[in-house]
Amino acid sequence: MSTQVTSTAAVERPKAEFAEPPQPYWKLVLRRFMKHRMAVFGSITLFLLVFMSFVGPFLSPYSFDGIDLPNSNQQWPSMAHWLGTDELGRDILTRLMYAGRISLSVGLSVAFLGVVIGTIVGGLAGYFGKWVDNAGMRLTDVFLSIPILMLLMVMMKFLGKELFIIVLILGATSWMGVARLVRGEFLSLRNQEFIEASHAQGASSIWIMLRHMLPNALAPIFVAATLGVADAIMLESALSFLGFGIQPPTPSWGNMLTDAQQYMISTPWLAFYPGLLIFLTVASINFVGDGLRDALDPKLKR
Amino acid sequence: MGAYVIRRLLGAIPLLIVITAVVFSLMQLAPGGPLAVYGENPHLTAEDLEAIKVAMGLDKPPVIQYLYWLKEVIQLNFGHSLFTGRAVLEMIGERIPATLLLMTVAMSFSLLVGVILGVISAIKQYSKFDFSVTTLAFIGYSLPPFWFGIVLMIVFASTLQWLPAGGFADYGQEGNPLNVLSHLILPAAMLSILQIASWSRYTRSSMLEVIRQEYIRTARAKGLDEWSVIVKHGLRNGLIPVVTVVALSLPSLFAGAIMTETIFTWPGVGRLFFDALTKSDYPVLMAILTISASLVVIGNLLADMIYALLDPRIRLS
Repeated sequence: MSTQVTSTAAVERPKAEFAEPPQPYWKLVLRRFMKHRMAVFGSITLFLLVFMSFVGPFLSPYSFDGIDLPNSNQQWPSMAHWLGTDELGRDILTRLMYAGRISLSVGLSVAFLGVVIGTIVGGLAGYFGKWVDNAGMRLTDVFLSIPILMLLMVMMKFLGKELFIIVLILGATSWMGVARLVRGEFLSLRNQEFIEASHAQGASSIWIMLRHMLPNALAPIFVAATLGVADAIMLESALSFLGFGIQPPTPSWGNMLTDAQQYMISTPWLAFYPGLLIFLTVASINFVGDGLRDALDPKLKR
Repeated sequence: MGAYVIRRLLGAIPLLIVITAVVFSLMQLAPGGPLAVYGENPHLTAEDLEAIKVAMGLDKPPVIQYLYWLKEVIQLNFGHSLFTGRAVLEMIGERIPATLLLMTVAMSFSLLVGVILGVISAIKQYSKFDFSVTTLAFIGYSLPPFWFGIVLMIVFASTLQWLPAGGFADYGQEGNPLNVLSHLILPAAMLSILQIASWSRYTRSSMLEVIRQEYIRTARAKGLDEWSVIVKHGLRNGLIPVVTVVALSLPSLFAGAIMTETIFTWPGVGRLFFDALTKSDYPVLMAILTISASLVVIGNLLADMIYALLDPRIRLS
């Protein structure tokens, strides 16, 4: 996988140059992305989900914790409550939209945090090599050895369950993949001539890493970040479902599923919605990530 | 080979020590300290608590406490549960058969299905079959396992009432294989879906690589039938990476699947961990965490060694 990643566009250009005028890199990427049908489909679904979560709550007449006991456990969707109400008479659709806002924000922040930590650890390890590499990779091994769900459950239990802490903990335990990836990229870039040239010109290590190496490793990092969002949403939902993540009354798709599980016999369909939304979100992001991989680096095409 | 094994074994020791340190430090984060559970007991006075503290060595600095703990752990003594007072290892030991049963059934089933799907996918790359398997694998990856478990439960247990919703067996039926099997089907199905998705992907990409090799062309050129080419020459090499990934997932045979065991109240190690965490039973938590992490390290070692054993190119280079 980590053969030298020189400018990814260079691979395609020679043959494109004769056929049509050279195009900017992003146009090429976009065109390749549009060819991936599932990725396009995923982007549309994702856009709808984001719209629903961030704009939807403003359009809803209900709040996510508005209790309405006379209308609790409405059997069927109605004009007033499109997807019905839960055991406390809270509007299901509104809660799903709020939950989506939280899940998506957590997913994005965690992936961002994970990528930043992973890039730093992997970048330093790959650039400096020797004992820095050794230390960085052993640290990665330690984090990879401890079963992640167990580790997260214990940390959540001990450190609290506020949103901010959940993001920090998830971010602090989801950087290992990116670290290995960036290390590999940096290792292969390190010995290339343009880096040597930069050294010869007296460039500092930080400059070389940020100006020359990082941009060349961006494509796979970007793909990993996208897939990281999906993983983070899945982990957060799992933790919330088990009761160690986002705490009621704040809705999350995971804890809504826990609620629904208690009313599995009387209103089994309540368990259907939150899971379907997690699935749609994670699947769309995975498809987009796959499309990005093909579009950004055709050599990686599986 | 011998030198390689010894080098890897030596490399694992510091890793194991760091892991125990991480697990121990993790427990230092427990709010109220390890004796918080005793604090809820109205019969215990402050002096009693102090006495327990001294008796357990909790008045010493954390580093000393860690070394004491490590000394016991090396001798495989994980202490006693704060709730039952029983030896932790004994409590874990009686949960292992259930976990082992669930995980081996789920793993062998999904391996069988996943490898077959992956091989056919690879042979017929870009066919309709390949496309469907790829799409299904993507869906399997994206399906929240806990939701899938609950849907299975709603459909097959509470609506159709074909299968029991949870537990290991009906009361008094623990020795009846058929009864246990009926309880096993749903949790095993929940675990299998994700595993089938990943095994089929591994097998597919590994087989794709093998099929392009020259020795496959040679095998075809010397007139072998397609079955021998694919199974004897292709699969034997294509499965090497898969075997190592199987070795990597062996640790899960111990810790099981927390979510599956929690949803279906399967009395395995994962469920024990969940319960111990809910009750703040620290010795049990520490034992399960330490053992699982150590098994991951051992699994990694095993995977590397199997790889080196099966593929001489690794050893020689």
